[in-house]
Amino acid sequence: MTMATRRTILKGGLTLAALPALSGIALGQEKLKVGFAYLAVPGDYGWTYAHDQGANDLIEALGDKVEVTKVENVGEAGPNVERVLRELAQQGNKLIFATTFGHMEAAVKVSAEFPDVIFEHCTGYMTAPNLGTYNARFYEGRAVIGTIAGHMSKAGVAGYIASFPIPEVVMGMNAFVIAARKVNPNFVLKAAYLSTWFDPAKEGAQAQAFIDQGCDFITQHTDSPAPVELCERLGVPCFGQASDMSAFGPKMCLTSIVDNWGPHYIRTAEAVIAGTWKPAQPWDGLKEGGLVVTPYNATVPADVQAAADAVKQGQIDGTFHIFKGPLKDKDGGEFVADGVTPDDGFLLSMQTYAEGIEVIQ
Amino acid sequence: MQFRLEKRPQPSRLMLYAAPVLAVLLTMVAGAVLFSALGYNGIGAVLEIFTKPLTNPLKWQDLGVKAAPLIIIAVGLSIAYRANVWNIGAEGQYVAGALGGTAVALLTMKMQGPWILPVMILCGILAGMALAAIPAFLKTQLDVNEILTTLMLNYAVVQLLYFLLRTSWKDPMGFSFPKTPLFTASQSLPFLWPGTIMHWGVPTAIVVALVAWFVMSRSVFGFQVRVVGSAPNAARYGGFSAKRTVWLALLVSGGLAGLAGVLEAAGPFRQLVPAFPTGYGFTAIIVAFLGRLSPLGCVIAGLVLAISYVGGEVAQTTLGLPSAATGIFQGMLLFFLLAGDVFVRYRLKAVSTRPAGEAA
Amino acid sequence: MSIEFIVAIIVAIVLVATPILLAGLGELVVEKAGVLNLGVEGMMLIGAVTGFAVTATFGNPYLGVLAAALAGSAASMIFGFLTLSLSANQVATGLALTIFGGGFSALAGKAFLGRTVPAFTQLFPGELATHPIWRVIFGYSPIVYFSLFMCAAIAWFLKRTRSGLILRAVGENDLSAHSIGYSVLGVRYAAVAFGGAMAGIAGSMFSLVLTPIWAEGLTAGRGWIALALVVFAAWKPYRLLIGAYLFGAVMTLEVHAKAAGGFFSALPSELWAALPYLATIVVLVLISLRRSGLSGAPACLGKPFIPTA
Repeated sequence: MTMATRRTILKGGLTLAALPALSGIALGQEKLKVGFAYLAVPGDYGWTYAHDQGANDLIEALGDKVEVTKVENVGEAGPNVERVLRELAQQGNKLIFATTFGHMEAAVKVSAEFPDVIFEHCTGYMTAPNLGTYNARFYEGRAVIGTIAGHMSKAGVAGYIASFPIPEVVMGMNAFVIAARKVNPNFVLKAAYLSTWFDPAKEGAQAQAFIDQGCDFITQHTDSPAPVELCERLGVPCFGQASDMSAFGPKMCLTSIVDNWGPHYIRTAEAVIAGTWKPAQPWDGLKEGGLVVTPYNATVPADVQAAADAVKQGQIDGTFHIFKGPLKDKDGGEFVADGVTPDDGFLLSMQTYAEGIEVIQ
Repeated sequence: MQFRLEKRPQPSRLMLYAAPVLAVLLTMVAGAVLFSALGYNGIGAVLEIFTKPLTNPLKWQDLGVKAAPLIIIAVGLSIAYRANVWNIGAEGQYVAGALGGTAVALLTMKMQGPWILPVMILCGILAGMALAAIPAFLKTQLDVNEILTTLMLNYAVVQLLYFLLRTSWKDPMGFSFPKTPLFTASQSLPFLWPGTIMHWGVPTAIVVALVAWFVMSRSVFGFQVRVVGSAPNAARYGGFSAKRTVWLALLVSGGLAGLAGVLEAAGPFRQLVPAFPTGYGFTAIIVAFLGRLSPLGCVIAGLVLAISYVGGEVAQTTLGLPSAATGIFQGMLLFFLLAGDVFVRYRLKAVSTRPAGEAA
Repeated sequence: MSIEFIVAIIVAIVLVATPILLAGLGELVVEKAGVLNLGVEGMMLIGAVTGFAVTATFGNPYLGVLAAALAGSAASMIFGFLTLSLSANQVATGLALTIFGGGFSALAGKAFLGRTVPAFTQLFPGELATHPIWRVIFGYSPIVYFSLFMCAAIAWFLKRTRSGLILRAVGENDLSAHSIGYSVLGVRYAAVAFGGAMAGIAGSMFSLVLTPIWAEGLTAGRGWIALALVVFAAWKPYRLLIGAYLFGAVMTLEVHAKAAGGFFSALPSELWAALPYLATIVVLVLISLRRSGLSGAPACLGKPFIPTA
């Protein structure tokens, strides 16, 4: 009995241990080896989960043509990131995705050391001949959920659980409140920065505080499903972030904005295989499928669904832009002039809060 | 039959050196069994983690860069622990060192010159010492337990880092991301050889260990520390001041942790980010113990821990082992080491407690 | 400010305070016996994942809490064996337990990611438990009432019972306790196991009550706050209760200040986060200044027991 067990362990160990050595040599040109460096673990049900879903989409779509390696918990910055990117390149990966903003400096550095390896960096702005970036227009989804909140909120006050005051987060907040105020001109959005992307207990406590102070809608730009789970118990409507969080809020999670990286990963891998890849900086929106708004909860009334769909469709066919002026900032000054549709550069460096936001930094 | 521990008349020299080796071997065996039981390739995982970083020359510089801060901090801690001063605030002192160096860097952004980096390093060391001076003062003047004060200060300093990065130290060109600007060339640690990632912090770690070894084994200070630590009463008769030893132990360990922090900030990071504290100050406690509280032992122990980190990443890329495995291996390594330690001072003696013939 | 709002704030304070209260009470007993276990965070994580896994599998949160207590206790026995039987260094062993617990819980919890668990049913009738005002007394999870009961029980045990006296004697002067014939190691093993169980329950409060999900690193450093709390409370159970609610109030006021703006928002959030640790250092200093002897740390705290044979 004990002998058998030990033998099985040994056998299993040896066969599998031999695999990595073989794969590097035998597969050569046939498979494209693709490496992913993850900020945290897929189990966060947020940012990294969404990237992992994208990686799985890639595996499913291209099957034998790719071999995918994922490294978890690489962290936000520093020598660890560099080391992991270098390790992935040394393992023979020819396409490497660095999946968070903090990986930018490391990606620039390591991509220069491996000119024959293609790197892509998520949400950054620096490029090189073998380094591209990719991002998604999350704010388009925020405009959709803001519309829903504007229609359905009785108090006209929503709470926004935020991470850091970076342009991406400010942009999302603004899109939400602008959309809500198109429906209810008195709508107020209270926002709180937690200085963390992931602390379930703190996110939950912040949601509770918002609700206790009269917010009747909760939305978040942090990664854990804790606020959704809390809202489900308290009967407060909310929205999922980064991944479909309806499992945590079957009744109260009205819809989720899903970061949908799969299409980009598949397109990029195909381009690399075909030899047509060029460094680019795609910023995919609802139109390109860079993000997806999941089907609305049955509790969302039909007219609200129709209004949300109109905002969604307008952004897909380009007839609606949430940041089209005139817009005021939170102190009443001019934010976007009348008739102006701001360019991407304006959006990507956004630091100003739109009218209706109450925030403390 | 039962086993009983019996005190050795003399600590065993053999076990002193055999225990860490045994601990590493036992960790490998236990890790292989545990991960096999969990459905992973246990033996493969152990081989990847513990041998790949050594057999693959590409990984050597990674090991050096990873081990350097661990060694520098652990050398300082081993001196403090020898003196029976339990500084577990190295994480905070490491961050303080980075803060001290970065403060200089931010003031000298528009300047150039070879003097900038030495000033940064000096300020880093001083910042680490300053933070360690708080528990030293409280311990010597008010007899406040240094374990508790050093532990508490870790978290306060990390919050200070967050605060500075979010407010006045934020890169004005950084789109409001909480990080400082990249350091200039005059503010960055040069590389040993161009084209590698091996920076001057790596040989610094070796030099620090050698100097500490020399001081501890050859100087009056080293003798004083060892006497105060192992026999406080004898030390009092010998005229050694316990208070001065506490001050020295905390200032040296705090200063070295600060040095590691500023080297890490000016070397691999070249800026400060909220992700800067990565628990090196806590891992270095493992290193200090694994290294038998001896400066040269810390060099080897630092390498072993670096192997477990780098190897853990290798095992992720080649075997799909989860990142959590690294923590499990490090935890087990320390468990086995601490358990093995007992045989340095004691030996196992079989004592028959039952009549012969009865199964034990 | 309406009374309902004040009630809501009190309820929030009690909820965030309860895990650190539970873990702190356990650690208090451990430290009173003269042992310093820095592995609280690791034991909490092991308790959190075990409680969640058992509740998700069997559908009964009470069973989950029980399993969490057992798991925390089992983890503490690694610490106990090394530090008590083998006289290993307590600081290093406790840190190892925290590192190990973090890794182990992450690995063990992989199968339970993304799952939800059934909640505790209310102990009191719905009219009281969900009443906008009376919920301040009746509206909590059973673990909250358990924590209050344990606080009273531990205070009574330490002060009024013979066993409690022995435990304190072992922590104050292990050699004399040994020479009168008490089993120093036996008492310390029991204390460490109890501390582990309480840390395990504290962990399960996160995964079953506060945020009923499992995620890696769910407790996010609250174990270290619990350690600070024991010192803050000067090793006294009732002071620990007050301290836990004070720390809880700091954490709650922080999120409310952010939601409301106004006066409190003038202070940076990092200061709020650092406050429990800074306050603990201040309390340590105050204790030393008073020098009343009894309110200080147990004399044998953190030192291995080596009987002079």
